[in-house]
Amino acid sequence: MSDDIESQGWTRAPAGPTAGTGARREPHHFRRLFAMWFVVSLAGDLVWWFVVGPHVPPGTMTTQARGAQFDFNVLFLASWVVVSGVCIYLGYAFYQWRASRGGPDPVGGPAASSNVRVQTIWITTTTLIVIAAFIFGTVQLILPQGAGGGEGPDPIWKPTSDKVLPIQVIAQQWKFTYRYPTFGGMETSTLVIPADTWIAFHVTSIDVIHDFWAYQLGVKADANPDVDDVAYVHTSGQLGSFTVRCDELCGIWHGAMFDYGKVVTKTQFMAWGSRTERANADNTKYLPPFAWTYVPTANTTTGVTADTSGQAPYSRIEKYGATPAKKTVTSPKTTSSTFTTT
Amino acid sequence: MSRSGRIAIVLGLLACAVFMIVWVAMNFVGSEPGTVSYLTAQAPGAPVHLVMQTDGVVGTGAHPTWVSYRIQTPKTHVFVHTALVELPANSMIDVTIYQFDSGSPLRNQFFGRVTGTIGQVAKLNGKTFKVLNSYDTPNGQGVGHTFTVPSLNINVPLEGNNTSKPTFCTKGPCSPVTQEHTTTTFAFRTPSFSGNFRFQCFIPCGAGHYAGNAGPMQTLGYMGGFLEVRA
Ligand SMILES: [Cu+2]
Ligand SMILES: [Cu+2]
Repeated sequence: MSDDIESQGWTRAPAGPTAGTGARREPHHFRRLFAMWFVVSLAGDLVWWFVVGPHVPPGTMTTQARGAQFDFNVLFLASWVVVSGVCIYLGYAFYQWRASRGGPDPVGGPAASSNVRVQTIWITTTTLIVIAAFIFGTVQLILPQGAGGGEGPDPIWKPTSDKVLPIQVIAQQWKFTYRYPTFGGMETSTLVIPADTWIAFHVTSIDVIHDFWAYQLGVKADANPDVDDVAYVHTSGQLGSFTVRCDELCGIWHGAMFDYGKVVTKTQFMAWGSRTERANADNTKYLPPFAWTYVPTANTTTGVTADTSGQAPYSRIEKYGATPAKKTVTSPKTTSSTFTTT
Repeated sequence: MSRSGRIAIVLGLLACAVFMIVWVAMNFVGSEPGTVSYLTAQAPGAPVHLVMQTDGVVGTGAHPTWVSYRIQTPKTHVFVHTALVELPANSMIDVTIYQFDSGSPLRNQFFGRVTGTIGQVAKLNGKTFKVLNSYDTPNGQGVGHTFTVPSLNINVPLEGNNTSKPTFCTKGPCSPVTQEHTTTTFAFRTPSFSGNFRFQCFIPCGAGHYAGNAGPMQTLGYMGGFLEVRA
């Protein structure tokens, strides 16, 4: 028993006046600690998984949101096991091995000596946990189809479905507007999306850097001028509203740059789309042709300052009063983004 | 160093820090624009007549060359340099905006459409319109500014003026009686609850700042403010 953990000092009571006399039998500390830890960590994990877990943000409005919720829950379960172990050991040590008045120093003697076996177990276990969390987190960050994150203009992970609804998110100081290329390129104040559908958000900006964060959809993508940042989501059957926030400090009204979007049924969506397309037609004709990015500085008080070759200026004229210049407009990339209801 | 020497240095640094904090705080407090109240301007329930103007050059304050909104006081009819206005909740607000600045293209033509007003329309010099686009405005002067309250979905574009007219206002406060301007009128209802609703211009009009986005666009009381609705 000489190399048993209990005999190595780390769980043994300090050598005190009674320790040497053999008057008090030393309890099996490790067994006690293990039992307490097992019960607390298992109970905590079960309660979390079945009671709290289903309510953890960002919810289940999209497959990607559900994925993020699953990741949070898995990471919580793993960390609860560690946290409960550490706290129980700490509490136990405080109580069990506290100094008694007038007694000897409780951390001296064999209790303070090192133990190679315990140290090896500790370092190996914690390293494995951290590496596992790292691998899990990294993989989950990109699966499936980018996990709702902005993948840049040329996404590596694309949905396999051929029915993807493209929606352009245009950030500007200080409001998001949305363009629907499959509805005549109309632009709207509100983001309405159909349930049970693959959606490609094409996020861009016509001034500074913003960030499109549709919280309950599990989508977050940077909005940069001149960049078409694509993020995919697949909506679940859950209907209702969600929050859209700007998540990149973008000026005085950054904090006010939010709105609420809506997930509706496919039928409602098609009805809303055609209705809005008709209602907006008188203004849609003034919008620049639909493009994946726009030149933010094409027509401002300082005039053209950006390289505008190959891009549509956001407004159809560069300088007021001048004849609209003919621009080489990057036509929308041909993608499989044709959207129809099934 | 002696003990008293060290204490003196610490106290000196402390005094500097306190001075700087107070100085920044005083500047911050002092920079807050005033609020024009329309709470008791009309009998309860009666429509409120809110009058504003937009000046290309505000003429006063810390940045006299900047573009700015001004709000008229309901009783003394003075155009105050601020963009904070108190309005009663659940009330009809009849708005008149005298626009004195020149026009430019809209950055986003989306803001050429009138939304959120009664009937989804506004009147430009008495004529009803739904869309005012920078490239076919009635007087060919583009859009000067917009009056936009995103959380209430209100957006009204305001037409620009011809800078070559001798009566073009070059320095605020401008006179709707003697100086070149366009008059835009519309009505909207305030919500039934209290709250501060941001309004701003959606044409980056900070001339001299990068892409027009900084300066007056980023400073409370110039091209942005609050409708402070009180129940
Ligand atoms: Cu933003
Ligand atoms: Cu403006």
